[in-house]
Amino acid sequence: MTDIRSYSDRRGPAQRRVEIGVALLMILFGLVVIFGSIQVGIGWGAEGPKSGFFPFYLGILIIVTSITNLVRAAIEADRQALFADWTQLAQVTSVIIPTAIYVLVVPWLGIYVSSIILIAFFMKWFGRYGWGLTLGIAIAVPAITYVLFEMWFLIPLPKGPIEDLLGL
Amino acid sequence: MEEVVNLFHGFAVVIQPFNILLMVVGILLGVIIGVLPGLGGANGVAILLPLTFSMTPTSAIIMLSCIYWGALFGGAITSVLFNIPGEPWSVATTFDGHPMAQKGRAGEALTAAFTSSFVGALFAVIVITLVAPLVARFALQFGPPEKFSVYFLAFCSFIGMGKEPPFKTIAAMMIGFALAAVGLDNVTGQLRLTFGFPELLSGFDFLIAVIGLFGIGEILLTMEEGLSFKGKAAGINPKVVLQTWAELPRYWMTSLRSCVIGCWMGISPAGATPASFMSYGIAKRLSKNGHRFGAGEIEGVVAPETAAHAAGTSALLPMLSLGVPGSPTAAVLLGGLLIWGLQPGPLLFVEQKDFVWGLIASMYLGNVVGLILVLTTVPLFAAILRVPFSIIAPIILVLCAIGAFTVHNSTFDVVLMLVFGVLGYLLKKCSYPLAPMVLAIVLGDKAEEAFRQSLLASQGSLDVFWSNGLVGTIMALGVVALFWPLVQNGWTWLRAGSARQAST
Repeated sequence: MTDIRSYSDRRGPAQRRVEIGVALLMILFGLVVIFGSIQVGIGWGAEGPKSGFFPFYLGILIIVTSITNLVRAAIEADRQALFADWTQLAQVTSVIIPTAIYVLVVPWLGIYVSSIILIAFFMKWFGRYGWGLTLGIAIAVPAITYVLFEMWFLIPLPKGPIEDLLGL
Repeated sequence: MEEVVNLFHGFAVVIQPFNILLMVVGILLGVIIGVLPGLGGANGVAILLPLTFSMTPTSAIIMLSCIYWGALFGGAITSVLFNIPGEPWSVATTFDGHPMAQKGRAGEALTAAFTSSFVGALFAVIVITLVAPLVARFALQFGPPEKFSVYFLAFCSFIGMGKEPPFKTIAAMMIGFALAAVGLDNVTGQLRLTFGFPELLSGFDFLIAVIGLFGIGEILLTMEEGLSFKGKAAGINPKVVLQTWAELPRYWMTSLRSCVIGCWMGISPAGATPASFMSYGIAKRLSKNGHRFGAGEIEGVVAPETAAHAAGTSALLPMLSLGVPGSPTAAVLLGGLLIWGLQPGPLLFVEQKDFVWGLIASMYLGNVVGLILVLTTVPLFAAILRVPFSIIAPIILVLCAIGAFTVHNSTFDVVLMLVFGVLGYLLKKCSYPLAPMVLAIVLGDKAEEAFRQSLLASQGSLDVFWSNGLVGTIMALGVVALFWPLVQNGWTWLRAGSARQAST
């Protein structure tokens, strides 16, 4: 147990496990590619190689290289090296979750309202800024985007019910 | 001589006030992108690509390539002042740049960095001017097998020259190719790998992948490290600039060597990052001040910056002349060409003279303008970096989302962007390289088409790739590049290694 303590009190998933997990995901992806290729035909058709010909071999290569990576991770990697410790992962998830909600909400609320909420959330949650500054920046950024994209470059961005109410 | 005439014609196009304005705007945006963590050259250009849809292709490429130069310049600012490389290729600049700043010589370090960047880029642009038309003329004779062999060479260089484990490089690359294959098959017109999802009909757009992998992925990495910026003040005044300029010619040998290394690494798609490290390492070994490297030696700033800029610029050579981009950012520019309705590749030099020579002329001017701009505006950009990450991060997320949406006006792409972002974070942490994956998504369709057309002509025999001297030579170079580490490490290693490689 002494050598584990040399990594002090950092705890978290081992690098090795994550590498194995990633390699397994890639193998799964390779299998999906091979399955899809066989569906459309991997042989030789009237116009030469069929649609699945090229992806089929890609799938094989993905699986072969991923198995190599998997074996290497399993036997060679330093067993104690951490992928990241739990506090770091908590930081990362605390970005992923709000962003995931954000991208799912964009089609309903429109990009402007969602962006105001996202920026305000980040500034309040991580930065603990006062409401004045928070709202100022949260509203200014989408407003500038609106002027730049919709008015100058005439590129429409997704809008929701609130923009409809305002008649934008 | 024809080239000189064309080049001057190009200058005439670039010198129009509107284009000069775009150049300045592009460089300023580029420096901001280079300074901010999470916004790199590739995804910065990808996000801003939609803004150029309404411009003429020449104006558009001037703006986008200037964003790229700006990003290359900008990376140096954060490295020197904050010891945070804004871009991977400026990591080597921190080794000596930041110690110089700590000693109060930030102005000197920045001047040296910008000037070296400028020298490296200028060298690479001259190489492009002289070599690209020749390569393009030569490449006009290429048939499908030759085209495929060029792609083969490009991808083998990634495997052999990259610092990541080769099997991880291959895996990442093949996943890129597989993603490119999703959707409509260009040759037979059949749908494949869509599994009945209508969202997948048009396949995966590499711009979404770039914004996700590089933009969102980078933010997640930055969040994990919990960055707090502690920077040195930057003061650049004309006196420091002139003093540094007077000192720089002493390092002409380092400079020249770094230019050559940079150009070589940029054209073979190893890219700016390895070029900067390699150049720093060689300068450290060969310089008589080598033992003082790492403690704030100006030569240690000159070497990586020159090479990084030379590589970043020369990465456009194969993109222009062959249609094979040398870096992810060059790939995004190539994607831009396709969107503006231009076909990248050798024909560009014949059919779109204005465009090509306008771009090359803008490289000369853009770097001059860039050097002046960055030297005068450093304090401003250093101030941007002092804005806390809790404000910058959501703004970058919003910009990435807007960029992803505008590619195809699809909210599904925004979701996809986040998926690519999480994927990018995981892959980066497990040392899978992202650049070959992105290039594979970009070039997948073309490489496959060339491969299948070759096989069609040869009735399925792979001999077609060795059928004449030209294609055989390029394929052989590819094989050498693929096994480069083994070739390098001598015969014993070669024998042990080829047995292992042969098993794939």
